[in-house]
Parts: sequence; C-alpha cells; structure tokens
Amino acid sequence: MTAIGSVAQPSRQGPAQTGVLIGIATIAMSFAALTSALVVRQAASSDWQHFRLPTILYLNTLALITSSGTLEIARRKASRGAGLPWLSLTLGLGLVFVLGQILAWQDLAAQGLFLATSPSSAFFYVFTAWHGVHVLGGVAALSYVGYRMAGGPSGRALPTALGAGALYWHFMAALWICLLAILALRI
Amino acid sequence: MSEIATPRSFLRTHVFSVDHKVIGKQYLDLALVAVFTGMLLSWLMRFHLAWPETPVPGLGTVAPSGAAGGVMTPEFYLSLMTMHGTIMVFFVLTTAPFAGFGNYFLPIQVGASDMAFPRINMMSFWVTLVAFLVLISAFFVPEGAPLSGWTAYAPLSAVGKDAGPGQGLGQTLWVVSILIFCVAQLLGALNFIVTTLDLRTKGMSLARMPLSTWAWFITSVIGLIAFAVLMPATILLLLDRVAGTSFFIPAGLVISDRLQPHSGGSPLLWQHLFWFFGHPEVYIAILPGFGIVSHILPVFARKPLLGPRVFIACLIAIAFLSYTVWGHHMFLSGMNPFSATLFSIPTLVITIPATIVTLLWIGTVYGARLRFTSAALFCLGFISVFVSGGISGFFLAQPSIDTYLHGTYFVVGHFHFVMGVAAMFGIFAATYFWFPKMYGRMMSETLGKWHFWLTFIGVYCVFMPMHYLGLAGNVRRYSAFTDDYLKPLIPLHRFITVAALFTGAVQLIFLFNVIRSRLRGAPAPANPWQGTTLEWSTSSPPPHDNFGGPPPAVHRGPQEYGAPGAVDHIMQAAP
Amino acid sequence: MGKLFAIVVTVIAIVSATLFALHVWWLPVDISAHGARIDRQLNETMVAAGVLFVVAQLALAWFAWRYGAGPSSRGVKTFPGGATPMVVLAVVLVGFEILTLTFVGSKVWAGIYQSPADPNSLQVEVQAEQFAFYFRYAGPDGRFGAMHPELANDATDNFFGLDPANDTTARDDIVVATLTIPVNRPILLQLHAKDVNHAFYVPELRIQQDFVPGMVIPLHFTATQTGKYEIVCTQLCGLGHYNMRAYVEVIAPDQFDQWLKQKAEQQ
Repeated sequence: MTAIGSVAQPSRQGPAQTGVLIGIATIAMSFAALTSALVVRQAASSDWQHFRLPTILYLNTLALITSSGTLEIARRKASRGAGLPWLSLTLGLGLVFVLGQILAWQDLAAQGLFLATSPSSAFFYVFTAWHGVHVLGGVAALSYVGYRMAGGPSGRALPTALGAGALYWHFMAALWICLLAILALRI
Repeated sequence: MSEIATPRSFLRTHVFSVDHKVIGKQYLDLALVAVFTGMLLSWLMRFHLAWPETPVPGLGTVAPSGAAGGVMTPEFYLSLMTMHGTIMVFFVLTTAPFAGFGNYFLPIQVGASDMAFPRINMMSFWVTLVAFLVLISAFFVPEGAPLSGWTAYAPLSAVGKDAGPGQGLGQTLWVVSILIFCVAQLLGALNFIVTTLDLRTKGMSLARMPLSTWAWFITSVIGLIAFAVLMPATILLLLDRVAGTSFFIPAGLVISDRLQPHSGGSPLLWQHLFWFFGHPEVYIAILPGFGIVSHILPVFARKPLLGPRVFIACLIAIAFLSYTVWGHHMFLSGMNPFSATLFSIPTLVITIPATIVTLLWIGTVYGARLRFTSAALFCLGFISVFVSGGISGFFLAQPSIDTYLHGTYFVVGHFHFVMGVAAMFGIFAATYFWFPKMYGRMMSETLGKWHFWLTFIGVYCVFMPMHYLGLAGNVRRYSAFTDDYLKPLIPLHRFITVAALFTGAVQLIFLFNVIRSRLRGAPAPANPWQGTTLEWSTSSPPPHDNFGGPPPAVHRGPQEYGAPGAVDHIMQAAP
Repeated sequence: MGKLFAIVVTVIAIVSATLFALHVWWLPVDISAHGARIDRQLNETMVAAGVLFVVAQLALAWFAWRYGAGPSSRGVKTFPGGATPMVVLAVVLVGFEILTLTFVGSKVWAGIYQSPADPNSLQVEVQAEQFAFYFRYAGPDGRFGAMHPELANDATDNFFGLDPANDTTARDDIVVATLTIPVNRPILLQLHAKDVNHAFYVPELRIQQDFVPGMVIPLHFTATQTGKYEIVCTQLCGLGHYNMRAYVEVIAPDQFDQWLKQKAEQQ
C-alpha cells in the first residue's frame, strides 16, 4: 500500500492555514461585492426605508465575540487534552448566535419587514443570511475537529486543524462586526 | 497532505477518486462533451443565419416547438446562442485548460504527490458536473432555455417569464447552474493556490516552477476574486426572480402588457457586478493558454522561452489590470460617459504586457531548432491567432470607435479569436503534448497535423470575415438579417457558415484521434518529447503518488534546453 | 512544415490586410456632424493596427521558415539583447500609440457624449419597447405631457402612457413610428425604455446608445445629409430583437416644418 504524504513532505500546518486564509479572502470579497451593491442600490432610488436594527443583534454580537474568547481558551487547553469542553461552549455560543439572528428576522417580520418589502430589508436579510451560512460552516468544521478530539490523543494533526478553524472563527466574528457597522450606518 | 492509500475498488479508482490525475481527466472529459455540445449549437445557429428558411434535417423531431418543421423560431435561435456562450465560456474554457490540465499537472510539476485537499478537489469536479447538468436541463423544460445571452442582462433576465420564452424556469435553472459553478470554481482555486504555495518539493522555489504552473497559479488567484463576486451577484438575481426583490429592476416597467411589481432597482448594477467578474473571467480563459504555450514551445524549439521572468511579471500585471477594465464592456451602457475614458486607459495599458508576451514568444522562435509536432504547430498557431484577436481589441478599447463597433460582429470576431480560437489552440497543444503522459499512449501525429492545418485555415475563414461584417455595421445577436442594409451581407455570412461547418467537422478528426489513441495508441515512453520538467521524470502514466515514492528534489530551472556544450537538455530533477 | 506554416500565415496576413485596406466591406457614408472625427480615429487605428498585424505575422512566419531543426551542428541562438528589446519595443511603441489614441480619442468621445446639447436643439423623446421604437414630439405647446406606465396601451396606440383627458400638455404631443428630423439642425433625443434594455444605433449617424429601464438618457447629434436611414436595436431585448427597427428620415427644414404642422393638426 503506497501512502501519500511521505518523508519529504512539509508539515501539515501550512496547507490548512493557507487554505483558511484563502477562504477568508474569498468570503471577504463576496461581502465587498454585496456592500458595493448596497451602496449603489441605495443611491439608485429614493425607496430606501430606514428601520431600526433589532436589539437582539447586539446580544448576538456579544455571543459571537465571547465564542471567539472561549475558542482561544479551548486552543490553549487542547495541548493538555482539556480543550473539548471549551470547544463545545464555543460551538454552543455559535449556535446561539445563529438562533439569535433568526430571532432578529422574526422581529423584523413582526414589523412587516420581509425580504421583498424594501431594498433595506432585502439587504439586511441577505447580509445576515450569507454571514450566518458561513458561521454554520464554521460550526460544522469545528464540530468535526471536536469529534476527532473526543476520539483520543490527537498527534500533530488536530492542533493544526483547530488552529485553522480558530482563524476562520475569529474572522467570522471580525467580519460580523464590520457588517454590523455597515448595517447600522446604512439601514 | 492526507495519508490516502492507493484505492482498490473500480468506483474509488475511476469514479469517486481523490487522485488529482483522475479528477483532471474527468474535467477534460466533461469539457470534451461540453465543447461538442457547444459546437453543435453553433452549427445550428450558423446554418440558420445563412439559410433561415431551410429546414435542418432532424431538428423538427428533436425540438418540435422551438423548430417546427426544422426551421427555428427567433427565440430558439437566441436560446441556442445563450447556451452556446454559457457552455463554452464556463464548461470548456474555464474547465479544460485550467481545471483539467491544471489539476493533472500542477501537483506533478511542483513535485507534490497530490493536491493539498484531495477530497475537496474531488468535490469540486462533481459540483461542476452538477452545474453542467442543471444548465443542460434548461433545454428540456417547457419553453426551453433562456434567451438573454451568457451575459443575462437585467431586467430581461430578472423579471421572469413575462420577458419572453425561456425566461421562466429556463432562466432560473441558468442562474442556479452558474451559482453552483461558482462554488466548484472556488473550491478548485483554493486547491491550486495552497498546493503551489505549500507543497512544492525540495529545491522547487517559485522561480523554478514551470511557466504553466505559474499561469495556473495566477489564474486561480484571479478566479478566486472574480467568482467571489459573481456568486453574490447571481444570488441577488435569483432573489429578484423568485423572491420579489428589486435589486436590478426599476419601477414602471410594462412587459407583455403587465406592469411589473418591482421598483427602485438598477439594471446597471447587474452589469457592473457581472463584468467585474466577466472581464477577469476572459483572462482566466486565456492565461493558462499563455502558460501552456510558454511551457511547450521551448520543448520543441530546444531553447528556453525568451525572458521567463519578464513573462511572469507580465502575467501578474495582466492579472492585476484585469480588475480595472470591466467598464469597457459598458461604454454605451448609460453609465457616466467620463467613466468610459477612465476605463479605456487601463484597457489600452493592458496591451503593453500582452504585446510583450507575444514578442517573447516570437523571439523564442528566433534562433530555435524547431520540431514541428502537432503540439508545436498549435503553439505557433496560437501566437498567430492571438495577434489577430488582440489587435482587434485595440479598436474596441477606444470609446469613440466603440460608438460604431459596439454590438456588431466586430466584437464577435474579436472575442472568438482570443477565446474561441487562441484558448482552444492552447487546449489542443496541451492535449497533443500531455496525452502520452496522461494515457500512456501516443496520439497519431499524422491526424494531428491534418487537424492543425485544416483548423488553422478554417478558423481564419470563419472569424476574420466577422471583422468586415462589423465594419459594415452588422449587428450581433440577430437571429435573422432582415434590415435593408444587412441583406447585402448575407453572402459573406454564408461563406462563414460553410467555413464553420467545415472547421467543425474537422474537429471530428481530433475526437477520433483522442478516442482511438486512448484505446489503441502506441505505448508512450516516459519522456517522448525530451522535456525537462518533473512530469517527464516519471512514468507514462505516473503512479498513484506521482513519483513512486517521495518526490524528487530539483536543482535547476524548468527550461534548461540548448545548454552550452554538447548537452541538448538537463532534467529539472537531475542531480 | 515550417515553410508551409510560413506560407500559410503570410497569405492569411496579406489577404486579410488587403481586404481591410481596400475597404471591400466598410462603414456606410457618414451623415453626421461629429462622424468625421470618429472615422479619422478609426482610420488611424486601422493603419497602426494593420502595420502591427502584418509585421507580427510576417515575423512569426519568417522565423518559422528560417529556424526549423536544421543540421544538428547548428546551435540555438538567443534573440539579440534578450527580452529587453521586446519590453522596450512594447512600452515605447504601444505606449506611444496608447497616449496618442487616448488623448485624441477622449476628445472625440467627450465631444459626442460629454458635451451639452445645443440649446436650440429639436427635442424628441424616444421610447424603446419589445419590439419597436416610438418617437414623441412636444407639439405646438412645446411641452411634453407626463408619462404614466400604467396607462400604456399598445392596442390603442398610447405607447407613451399619456393622459390627454386630464393632462393638457399631453393633448398636442405628436407620437409617430418614424423619426423625422430636419437636416443640419441639432437634435436632442431623450431615450427611455418601457420594458428591458434596448439600444439606438444608426450606422450612418455614427451614434449608438443603450436604453436603460429606469433612466432617461440624452443623446444629441446633427444630421448633415437628407435621406432615409435605418435605426436598429443593438442590445439583446428578446425574441424580436432582430426585427426591431425604425427609420430616421432627414428632410429639408421647410419640409420638416410642414410635416410638423400637418402632424399637429392631426392630434
């Protein structure tokens, strides 16, 4: 059986990290496109209906930022094999964030603001949905890492995967803060 | 790098394989199916333009509503045109030279045993295939495929079926297909970039990478940013179509006597988003060809490319500039006319690196000792057709001239020369060159040469006359020429049609050669062309892990040909 | 093979270039005030492009002829100067071309699309729809009535959605399917689309402009010769795109005044 990944290969740290950085660049670019679409659309017509952002958004933000903190703790404890509880907390907070975003949508719906109601509400839903989908992707990836961690001693592969996953997760939080600012300024 | 063992089952080896070589061949097979589909559509289109009242045998049976009695309706013509463009640009030109050959050869050329993320790589192929199937399904829904062109301008593409036949479900399937394709491309680009940056073998500095690898690497970077913009754009278009939003649809539109329930959107916004992707996309289509020609020509010239570092710098310049020129598709779009002047400047400036690389190729032929194999002929042909296509761009880059030439066959001639011909010649050169390595068999050189000569003359007969048509003001995307001033041009259209049908038929020689050689070609040695790069340091085809053990270290650059003294060439992996 | 390649490329280059140079297929007569500048720009670009085209193809052909494999004793040669002459040639030659063409061309462009219309222009509104053009003149009151998309009705010829019952300015508007204009008088068109993107193109007038739904786009020109010319749509708008045309009739000024008066009486 010929195994790929033999002696002369460099360590695994590189590809996972590089891969996540590429992913970050791509996702950032897609939001840049959405942001310019928002700016152009707002200027194109006078039908932009400003509305107040649901308050729960700020709580969701707190949950997401906290989850970045818990993830960092998980990373540091992982080398001693004690990272799993903090990782689970992180994922829990991530899910709390996503559920909170859905509650924000319900808040808007109760006010009669749906996807097609006005361009401002449309962009609100699109921005939060697009971000939320990527957060769920992060939850899935980190869940997989957690699942492998629960399986026993990890060797070198898992700290690398956890590190790459953490990079992605922190980006999701930082990205959210930028998006929140855009929404707060424009919606 | 995952520890993936040699697969045992048929399915895991040939179908759901994570081996980049299998995936590359799968992409190439998909592109082969796509290119003949796209060509068939173009034959039907050209036939209709030349003889609009003559029935096409069999067409009435295949398309009873679109072409009753074998004579196609205007909307059927436009749907063929839309699908022709979409299939060719996405599933041939973005797939074969980049995903196909790149997947196969990039890891080998950098000295890796596979791509960085083999499972994601496998996913990217299957997602591409799903995108293709979704697109093709548009032919089979009631009212058929969309008619808004591969550019799908809003509001024609956004308002739904009021806008015309095919604009209902057909257009929605088109949008969904492109959305899926974006995902596949981003996964693929991710693999290319990470593999190039992180998995190069010992001694393989960036400067020692083959020029084809450089081209694939830079193309991936372009693709990453371009498809990251197309993806949200298609989502917004989809929402306008199915969710009642108005990103691209303004108020007060009356279509099919119905006031459309949208307001406030901007059709120009779609154009900006689309072309911000669309222009880099055409460089994604051609840049691998640049790399392939710069990789193959030296092998048959027995001397290195003139100025390889200048070449790489030019690729980077072109990649960067490609993001600054998108407005040249929109000079007359209604955007601020001053923007037109702004966009025309980088559009003309991009001519400089493009000219430099062309001169580098021509300068490489100087003083060479050329072996005129099929691959070499297609490289030389590439240079000729790229000159032709590039020069017509010079006209279109100037807004004042574009005032007259926009929307005419001059544009059609231009982009077919650079994409439909030059990029295709790159694919042909790559096939003749790398087929022995990929399939362990030789192709027929005799058939290859016939293929080249007839195609080379054929494409000039098809596409050069389109420039004359454009100068006469012949508008494009017309399903028939009923205007007074267009009727005298129909004889030239007939000439083009005959040449196109002939040239299309010639491609069957290529298809026959590929299929027969795969089944019964002569066994290929490890290095039939005496190339120096790493793909020639392994067997034909390579073993599962590419090198039968750890990849070799490299000690020199990729084009040590014509070295001083009695030595004809030195392998990159030689000690 | 190399010699064959050289011959084929040479023949292709010479034949193509000759067909361009002889104007076998060429632009129709120019009937616009600004067209001469466009035609000059085009001709100059054609000459420069033609020279580059022929020289590049012939160089390729010559080298392919000359540098076949040959006797094994002949070594390979690097182009004298290496890559540097290529870079210099491209930067200098192409750079110079670019500077000239941009400098001159941007003035030509600005003269057509960035300059204000003559205040004495005859104003005509143009509506593009699937699949026809309609034209509206202001009528004797000199004012255009407001447009109401919800009132648009092709069956009753109310293409512009006018409301003459309630809108006095709309009552005398003249709506026709042919663009009739006086020669040598500045014309200002206001382009709007009823449904999807269209475009206005008259090759002889050397003018082209997209219609964009939601926008009203001005386009001005002066016709310098009488005659009847085709207006064609150049922006894909649906199945009837190929058949979407109108005519522009350029007539003498006194004939135009008569025509306008006649049309006003018919409203």
